[in-house]
Amino acid sequence: MCANRFLTPTFCIGAAVNKNRSEPVLSIDSLKTHFFSRKGVARAVDGVSFDLTPGEVTGIVGESGCGKSVTALSVMGLVPNPPGRVVDGRILFHGKNLLDLDIKALRKIRGAGIAMIFQEPMTSLNPVYTIGNQISEMFRLHKGYDKKQALAAAVDMLERVQIPSPGKRVNEYPHQLSGGMRQRAMIAMAMSCDPEILIADEPTTALDVTVQAQILDLMHRLKDDFSTAIQLITHDLGVIAEMADQVVVMYAGQVVEKARTRELFQHTLHPYTRGLLASIPVLGHRTRGMDEDLVEIKGMIPSLHNLPSGCRFSNRCPQVMEKCKNLLPELTDMYGGHQVRCWLHTKGASA
Amino acid sequence: MKTPLAAVTDLKVHFPIKKGILARTVGHVYAVDGISFDIMPGETIGIVGESGCGKTTAGMAMVQLTPITSGTVQWKGTDMAGMNRSGLRALRREMQLIFQDPYSSLNPRMTVRQILSDPMDVHDMFTGRQRKERIDFLLDTVGLSPGQADLYPHEFSGGQRQRIGIARALALDPTLIIGDEPVSALDVSIQAQIINLLKRLKRDFNLSLIIISHDLAVVEYICDRIIVMYLGKIVEAADYASLYKDPKHPYTKTLMSAIPVPDPERRTRRLILKGDVPSPINPPGGCRFHTRCPDRMDICDKQEPAMQRFNDGHTAACHLYNTIYADDCHATPNHVSTPTKGDNP
Repeated sequence: MCANRFLTPTFCIGAAVNKNRSEPVLSIDSLKTHFFSRKGVARAVDGVSFDLTPGEVTGIVGESGCGKSVTALSVMGLVPNPPGRVVDGRILFHGKNLLDLDIKALRKIRGAGIAMIFQEPMTSLNPVYTIGNQISEMFRLHKGYDKKQALAAAVDMLERVQIPSPGKRVNEYPHQLSGGMRQRAMIAMAMSCDPEILIADEPTTALDVTVQAQILDLMHRLKDDFSTAIQLITHDLGVIAEMADQVVVMYAGQVVEKARTRELFQHTLHPYTRGLLASIPVLGHRTRGMDEDLVEIKGMIPSLHNLPSGCRFSNRCPQVMEKCKNLLPELTDMYGGHQVRCWLHTKGASA
Repeated sequence: MKTPLAAVTDLKVHFPIKKGILARTVGHVYAVDGISFDIMPGETIGIVGESGCGKTTAGMAMVQLTPITSGTVQWKGTDMAGMNRSGLRALRREMQLIFQDPYSSLNPRMTVRQILSDPMDVHDMFTGRQRKERIDFLLDTVGLSPGQADLYPHEFSGGQRQRIGIARALALDPTLIIGDEPVSALDVSIQAQIINLLKRLKRDFNLSLIIISHDLAVVEYICDRIIVMYLGKIVEAADYASLYKDPKHPYTKTLMSAIPVPDPERRTRRLILKGDVPSPINPPGGCRFHTRCPDRMDICDKQEPAMQRFNDGHTAACHLYNTIYADDCHATPNHVSTPTKGDNP
């Protein structure tokens, strides 16, 4: 199986070694993805760095337009060009920079090494092919199975993601499945080549809460079974608290805070993260007499064409200082791997 | 006793499924299948449930935007079914809607001023000089500046557009606003702004609100009373506090436990429901929830549970409580009336 996954045997050894935890399987290093249009340059991703570790879930949180999806698309080499282009940075997958690879080499890695699932399963499944056809394509392309073998493998995968009567479902079309079932089929497809990295872009946002709980549970189980590194993109801090081991908070194309999940929720440092946490309605809070009104973050996200010159959150920040308006703070190491981009916590802030 | 603003009694909305050249009706979608509730002046009701449970259809049927199969909707004591078009039109001034998607619910070719003027033209209100004042007032109320009145919807962000939608709903000074998922399409930080705005408007204008949402946490923040629907039926209804402290129906319990809590310390294993909501074309017999219920008993697939009343105006339709009281009543027949006392709404 390993030999099918990658071109060279040396690559395979690398993969085996990396299966032990803690060593990152993917390192994103000061990635910059910009979009060029008549309006000017939109710096959608502007110097983002983080690592993915095998068997861990890295949660990427942020509001729409903060660059979380574009980061994922950059990893997959799927940024629409033009107008978008990765202008700087490195994406290291087993020490190889994905940005240097040509389309052919990248195709070998996509699906087999790094797989992705999207928010709306109906739009990412092809409506004119059966589920089985679409899943078995993975096996035929990446593992060289013949049609019959591939279909059998597809049934296996459907069973693994707990789709009832997989033998029957495999011959059905996407429209015949419910929303939750389609997302399961998407996950089956993504996991079929046993990828080392699974990028899930808002995988449960379009689903009902009860189905969301099922899908999250499934992802948890698959991660433990395959020790996959999962990059979970979501705007829901509840999902993050439940799933993630490490959290990256993004705002206007930059990482503003990064920490282990517990650490982030217990010692929230950045005013934006604090605002986000305070602004979500939590079940049972009002009943228990806590905060009658929700805390709001005033204003809205700045346009990527016209970013504030200092800290990008400065125009909405409740603790804004003079310095914040002019100087962009660096992402600074605090303790225990906690990083924050804020003048409140960066040394020399008391200017 | 105050008369309710609107009273819904045994409301049913069935959509026929037609097939073939003769368009014969081969079945029905039982979208709403016998629901009853009242809304008092100034009260906020939340209707929650998964997609396909009939919550939106129930809201639309209240404003007569979808034909009613049976049952009645009374507005301040008069049955809306007997009204003609002009009668209905006058009524609709008092009940307004806010929609989920602020991108598709505003006409992109109209400026904000035109969008807000439209309902006033239809009802011939706030004419002449008053018009400008009214529009300035509305924009100010929802947190936009009057100077933005001549911009087009595309010049606003999602949250601002939703504010325009709310201003439009307020334009005619309504008594009831029905919000169909008013915050689900918005970002978290914007969602909080809109929730607080709705709460403020409700206080300032003494509005009655019906919030239709799939999000129990959002509904808890805005609503006084909450109705939980499953497959076209009400399974539980209660005060927000009573519902969150002591949910009765297994569906409500699972729905609550399915919501992820933003606290990594409380990563408890949740009750996970198996499967999807069954099709409303052919809903399961007996209790409609029996196919997914963790507390299922023998009786559940045979007999539909009746609405049980609990002391605090809390109602739930579930055989679990049935059995308890049935056993009680076996031993001491007098106890049978205990749970129904003192809950006259």
